[in-house]
Amino acid sequence: MASTITSPAAADDRVSARSLGARLLSRPEIGSLVGAAVILVFFLIAAPPFRDINNTGTILYQAALIGVMAVPVSLLMIGGEFDLSAGVAVTTSGLTAGLFAYQFSLNVWIGVIVALALSLAIGAFNGWLLMRTGLPSFLVTLGTFFILQGLNIAVTRLASGAVASNSISDMDGFGAAKAVFASEFKLGGVTIKIIVVWWIVFVAIAAWVLLKTQIGNWIFAAGGDAAAARAVGVPVKKVKIGLFMTVGFFAWFTGMQLLFVQNGVVQSGEGVGKEFLYIIAAVVGGCLLTGGYGSVVGGAIGALIFGMVQLGVVYAGWNPDWFKAFLGAMLLLATIVNLVVKNRAEAR
Amino acid sequence: MTTTESFADDATTSPNTPIVLLEDVGKSYGNIQALRGVSLSVRQGEITCVLGDNGAGKSTLIKIIAGLHDYTSGRMSVNGEERHFGSPRESLDSGIATVYQDLALAPLMSVWRNFFLGNEITKGPFRQLDVAKMKRIAQEELTKMGIAIPNLEQPVGKLSGGQRQCVAIARAIHFGAKVLILDEPTAALGVNQSGVVLKYVVKARDAGIGVIFITHNPHHAYLVGNHFVVLKLGRVALDTHRSEITLEELTTEMAGGSELEALSHELREINPEVVVDDVRKGQEGT
Repeated sequence: MASTITSPAAADDRVSARSLGARLLSRPEIGSLVGAAVILVFFLIAAPPFRDINNTGTILYQAALIGVMAVPVSLLMIGGEFDLSAGVAVTTSGLTAGLFAYQFSLNVWIGVIVALALSLAIGAFNGWLLMRTGLPSFLVTLGTFFILQGLNIAVTRLASGAVASNSISDMDGFGAAKAVFASEFKLGGVTIKIIVVWWIVFVAIAAWVLLKTQIGNWIFAAGGDAAAARAVGVPVKKVKIGLFMTVGFFAWFTGMQLLFVQNGVVQSGEGVGKEFLYIIAAVVGGCLLTGGYGSVVGGAIGALIFGMVQLGVVYAGWNPDWFKAFLGAMLLLATIVNLVVKNRAEAR
Repeated sequence: MTTTESFADDATTSPNTPIVLLEDVGKSYGNIQALRGVSLSVRQGEITCVLGDNGAGKSTLIKIIAGLHDYTSGRMSVNGEERHFGSPRESLDSGIATVYQDLALAPLMSVWRNFFLGNEITKGPFRQLDVAKMKRIAQEELTKMGIAIPNLEQPVGKLSGGQRQCVAIARAIHFGAKVLILDEPTAALGVNQSGVVLKYVVKARDAGIGVIFITHNPHHAYLVGNHFVVLKLGRVALDTHRSEITLEELTTEMAGGSELEALSHELREINPEVVVDDVRKGQEGT
């Protein structure tokens, strides 16, 4: 029977071995890596303070502030969804920890844990509502975005009588919590903020999970083709709810950094617009907005580009107004590169 | 030609008891009855072809067996046990694998990742993916099926339609499917590629798998099928063994039989010569 039809099994002579260059070019983060190198060289030439090794710590810190959230946002985007509430959720978490500990005169750590529970609950709510209704994540998280933005200000004013949370810097546990979330140390003369270390650790873990574990495979599949994934038994709903909860976890972490770096005070209006920076970092890093493709390392490089440009513009002595325009241009460029990559990958 | 009544006799007299048996199964969505009184049996090492025009209820039938929808009347038994599947996972765990026409694989994921999707092999205390082992097994299985894919890292989207179907079939067989549902595997393929896919369908049968082959192409069905069920408007219009039907009869039945005749009469009045020629060509087939 096998011999009745000409076998296609004989090696297809139309397929030639792929060169190392071609394989490199097919990595999702390659575009952002090239972009980061170009920007680095550019500012090394254009902005003298950029060459100062002491400023490296500042640039990394700036990148980490976006980069920590870019980790779960990249994962979520690969999983086929995105979260507009991620920016204000950070503020919600910081406010919750601060207000809870202050109002009930509790150890700061209790506030931190309550904030964690709330952040995870917000993520779970986003994911659950999305799966329950089948609405686009744009709409669901836009709703959560406004709810949280409003609650941040309203609840803060109700509890503290002002638009910022009460300072908790003199309360029990503040020192230890600050050491974990917002301390800094010297490394060969360079001041490194602890969040930079956390950022690198988070990127490493998330990249490993994405590429080397079953969960990672499921994330790619849930975003790439949810119906196909479900048909082979991947629990798509659980994966997506889990991803939203991961965003919640990192929003909590970033919120704690925000709280403890500012001596225990969080402004309730903060965080609006940050969600787009996270999304830009992920997209510049090679994540497809439509899901199924991307990289956590790419998201980190996207955040690094953000940090370099933001400070590079300042160090070069230019008007910072240019920064946003540059950011928008980067996003468009990255989107076009991604589109080309996706079309090439899907083309037969 | 047998009818649904005598079908029951076949099932009991066969030496080979059915793995999946549907008796009088129906499914309604609100006031619409998509499927009514459908009986079907799938035995090991046999290919059961389900034919039908668009909207005949083929998709609904697959979805019931694959666990995407539950049925609303009748009885479905798997390995002699009555079952209502709540999810595709339950269906898979009972040894029923479904290869869908368009949602078989995630296009941007690599071949080996797709092959092991949902059944990943892990190692070590951190349950890390055993990439080397998965690539090796995928390569072995695909070679066994006679599919040459030189680079397992390439995204499935780059494969041809036939190769994709074959990867999906090889995957289902590797993961111990006892029943394989193929949803129009040849519908979007050219002649050569259809041949390749049909060859793997036969290989699956020879491996002792019960195959449900959904198609609207009677020629493809007749090439490989042991048993034919034709659905029409949600009901079984024909249910017969290969020995009891010819390709011509199957084609006629499938194409609508008496309806087609009426149609050709109607058209003949408009322009006799052209239409008669066309109809004859259509029945002679490819």
